Amino acid sequence: MFLRNNRFVRQIFSSFLDLAPILVVVLVFQIAVIQQPIPDVLNLIVGSLFVVLGLTFFMLGLEQSLFPIGESMAYAFAKKGSLFWLLFFSFCLGFGTTVAEPALIAVASEAANIAGKGNIIENTTEAKDSYAFALRLTVAVSVGFAILIGVLRIIRGWPLHYLIISGYCIVIVMTPFAPAQIIGVAYDSGGVATSTITVPLVTALGVGLASSIKGRNPMTDGFGLISFASLSPIIFVLAFGIVS
Amino acid sequence: MIDWLIHFSEDLLKTCRDVAPITAIIIGFQVLVIRKPILHPMKTLLGFVNVLIGITFFMDGLKMALFPLGELMSTQLTAPEFLGIPPDTTVADWRNYFWVYLFAGSIGFATTLAEPSLLAVAVKAEEISGGAIRAWGLRIAVSLGVSFGISLGAFRIVNGTELYFFIIGAYIIVIIQTILTPKLIVGLAYDSGGVTTSTVTVPLVTALGIGLATTVPGRNPLLDGFGLIAFASLFAVIAVLTYAQLAEWRNKKRNSSNQSPSK
Repeated sequence: MFLRNNRFVRQIFSSFLDLAPILVVVLVFQIAVIQQPIPDVLNLIVGSLFVVLGLTFFMLGLEQSLFPIGESMAYAFAKKGSLFWLLFFSFCLGFGTTVAEPALIAVASEAANIAGKGNIIENTTEAKDSYAFALRLTVAVSVGFAILIGVLRIIRGWPLHYLIISGYCIVIVMTPFAPAQIIGVAYDSGGVATSTITVPLVTALGVGLASSIKGRNPMTDGFGLISFASLSPIIFVLAFGIVS
Repeated sequence: MIDWLIHFSEDLLKTCRDVAPITAIIIGFQVLVIRKPILHPMKTLLGFVNVLIGITFFMDGLKMALFPLGELMSTQLTAPEFLGIPPDTTVADWRNYFWVYLFAGSIGFATTLAEPSLLAVAVKAEEISGGAIRAWGLRIAVSLGVSFGISLGAFRIVNGTELYFFIIGAYIIVIIQTILTPKLIVGLAYDSGGVTTSTVTVPLVTALGIGLATTVPGRNPLLDGFGLIAFASLFAVIAVLTYAQLAEWRNKKRNSSNQSPSK
């Protein structure tokens, strides 16, 4: 009884569920297909435990601090704040949540590693750190911008698909001008930017906004913020590649 | 132990820097614009400490487990002895890499099916469509879509085709489907692309792609290593749109067959 009701235990269980499908697939392949000893098993086990533990603390912490404050703020700004403050807040929310996104931190440092090995940038820790940081900053600014546009769309009632399709066209036009080594990273950054922190807070903003404006349906008009947030990083990172 | 503690506190400091902007933003808005005290200051502070510890452990675990695991799998599945091809091969033949596509597809399917945020989206889709779209059907459709997407991405890395062509192709499919699908579901479909790739899946899939591009002869991780996540998100969108169209088509067919006897 105690075990089931304890939030920490429940959270550990759900973090483990995040990792379980990966472990199952890898194990099946190791046993049935590859049939070779796995090197460094101990490290893999300890690392997996760290991932589960880290995810648990992270989610618990988010539920205790960022989520309640962020959500109540998103609702407060959506309900009454002036347009300027609302847009300003939207930008900051998108920017701030994306900078701290763990998946983005991981992918940006990996991209910097690859760039360092390929002599695109100097192969030193400093150069790689600053490259990874610049990449993350670019993505964060782009998500901030995307949330701003998305909020403006909900207020003005612009149709979502025209904006998305024009975004696709911009991506298609920009890609030939971007250096080849940034294209893959740019396309990936869209899916990477929107995960654990960004999605719940941004969804709260969208739903709060759509339910406080007359004639908007929170079921349908609240959507779309995430799609902007996963499209605009592509455009911004391509631009980052062209400029630098 | 001492070494590990020093390493851990260095990582903790880095994490503080990562989380600083969102903390500053929340506190700034709370103090300057909303001007109300935070309801539970102690609980909030504890929450922030938990977030910091959590990210630090998570990043350490990624470096120890998920990144090496992705690299290990791609190395073992592309090893010449495993494939039964001569070790000095310089040109990759995509037909030899069947297990790689299967592994990539399995990872995509399993992680997407277990993804909690997709479950939330699927339940919402069922509500919006008034039951025409089933939550379980949608989850399986998206999982199949992501699984196909990642396999195709792995095939692209092995084959060395330019990412650009695939992405343009996928965009065109999405645009055509957007025109044909009921507009109510379009926003949700676009959103599901960003939602399906979780914090745990992204690092593993990234490592898998980079590992493949490193080990497959003739490929360069710099040019070919990335792109798997892009495939996963695009094919999630395509899967939701396809499922919505099928559900609508089925509904129409059922309605017309119900009406036909009375005619």
